[in-house]
Amino acid sequence: MENLALTQSLLYLDGVAVSFDGYKALRGLSLTLAPGEMRAIIGPNGAGKTTMMDVITGKTRPDEGVVLFGGTEDLTQLDEAAIAQLGVGRKFQKPTMFESQSVEDNILLALKAPREARATLFGKPAPDTRERIDRILETIKLTAHRKRMAADLSHGQKQWLEIGMLLAQDPKLLLVDEPVAGMTDAETMQTADLLREIARDHSVVVVEHDMDFVRKLGVKVTVLHEGAVLAEGPLDQVSADPRVIEVYLGR
Amino acid sequence: MLQTLLDKRTLIAVLLCAVAAVAVPILSLVVPPSSPLHMPPYVVALIGKYLCYAILAVALDLVWGYCGILSLGHGAFFALGGYAMGMYLMRQIGARGVYGNPLLPDFMVFLNWKALPVAWWGFQSFPYAALMAMLAPGALAFAFGWLAFRSRVTGVYLSIITQAMTYALMLAFFRNDMGFGGNNGLTDFKDILGFNIQSDATRAALFSASAIVLILALLVGRFLVTSKFGKVLIAIRDAESRARFLGYRVEYYKLAVFTVSAMLAGVAGALYVPQVGIINPGEFAPANSIEAVIWVAVGGRGTLVGAALGAVLVNFGKTVFTGALPEYWLFALGLLFVLVTLFLPKGILGALDSLKRKPAPPIEPADADVAPKIAG
Repeated sequence: MENLALTQSLLYLDGVAVSFDGYKALRGLSLTLAPGEMRAIIGPNGAGKTTMMDVITGKTRPDEGVVLFGGTEDLTQLDEAAIAQLGVGRKFQKPTMFESQSVEDNILLALKAPREARATLFGKPAPDTRERIDRILETIKLTAHRKRMAADLSHGQKQWLEIGMLLAQDPKLLLVDEPVAGMTDAETMQTADLLREIARDHSVVVVEHDMDFVRKLGVKVTVLHEGAVLAEGPLDQVSADPRVIEVYLGR
Repeated sequence: MLQTLLDKRTLIAVLLCAVAAVAVPILSLVVPPSSPLHMPPYVVALIGKYLCYAILAVALDLVWGYCGILSLGHGAFFALGGYAMGMYLMRQIGARGVYGNPLLPDFMVFLNWKALPVAWWGFQSFPYAALMAMLAPGALAFAFGWLAFRSRVTGVYLSIITQAMTYALMLAFFRNDMGFGGNNGLTDFKDILGFNIQSDATRAALFSASAIVLILALLVGRFLVTSKFGKVLIAIRDAESRARFLGYRVEYYKLAVFTVSAMLAGVAGALYVPQVGIINPGEFAPANSIEAVIWVAVGGRGTLVGAALGAVLVNFGKTVFTGALPEYWLFALGLLFVLVTLFLPKGILGALDSLKRKPAPPIEPADADVAPKIAG
């Protein structure tokens, strides 16, 4: 019998376990994300949120468990580059980009195009390359700064540039790690708006500590605790869950 | 296309090399020795040697300056190229050696060997030797890089194993039964392509060849670093994991540039050996590779032209200095490296850049009202 949760999901994790030198970072984590869904992941420090992202993006190989993308691709057998090429984009907590290159070159490098050395050395860029870069720069309001070194941008502009790079990659699934860390309240709310816009045509997983931000997103919440799912549902429901209150919210 | 390839600096460097390639033979061969403009043959060989170092520096800059791979073993690729050329030159000696053996070089006769080792087959042919001067270092770099980059060895660990690689090769080449002349190396060369290797005309021709290869090295280097491939290299240097998560196979990019760079270093070594007249295992010494890193740091890494400039300047300094105070050269070199690191962290060309570029106007922080909106 076909497993519906498996075949209809964009991301399917089942019984994923990871340990580092005996420390069990993930113990039997199971999670399903539907195509087009946006999900917030919360949990105390050490709950396994970043390890989960590392497993999905191929940085860490799980000791056991199933990780499937699009119902068929076994992510545990692929490396970071292959997973990225399948359509999984990742935003780091700290804005990470190519600081000594111009804003437009950052977008160019991220733009969906052949990634092999031969193609980048001898290949001709697609005819609509310039147009696509222009469109993304317009979206992230950096058109006037396109020739500037990425290092010269302000913190907020760097965050937008990295989001622009993710858009350029045009992933099916976006993993976003604590996007509002170090942001002002106003910036936090703008980022929530931006992510909801992105979620219209991309699936998004957001890891976040900030409860106001998660509330603003208004999506299904998964609570991780000690490497496994503790609760899942709307924020109001999980925050009323006594187990969740005990490990996380009630402190 | 041509304008990106030949930026102002590269153009100047290429023109200088082209002028030297023509002028040096004239000054050395046509201008009579009585004239003050005459260039003595030893000066021709000396500057020719600097140009070979400059080619090595350009090769090193490709991997270090652009891809962040600090190779402390590039001298090994240079020496391998030199050995390939040395083997050709040894076989050109033929029956003119001390022992008069038409096939075996003197050191093999001395060791009582009866047959030419397989590794020496084919080296009587110049095209074969020239090919091997690139393929041998290229193959070593490919094998080394395949293991190191796929295992994601980076940073100081990678630098240390490149250093170990050149040291291991030095020890191997010191052994007589390795078959490459042991600690005496290869020397007593007679002629190259039928021309007497000692003659002034041959020296001038070798000089011009070095200048032309340096031009080609700069052009190939510029082609690599101005392409999208080059942008990916810089991306790997600045944020390797970001490049990976964008879908670039970082290890293949590193492998490609490392191999090309090693082949270029091999060509430099092959041009070097006929001009200095000897190749021995000392060329694999770890200190040589470290010196090459200093040339690149002095000239400005990630500039190609700067690397070549640094090689020529530091070696000119070395010639002058070792003439006056030979035992203090290594201290001077160490001091130079410390001073450059402290005061010219981007090297000579980098410092020129910062002088020329006006400070960028400050950027106003992202305004709350102009926050980006994703267009549907």
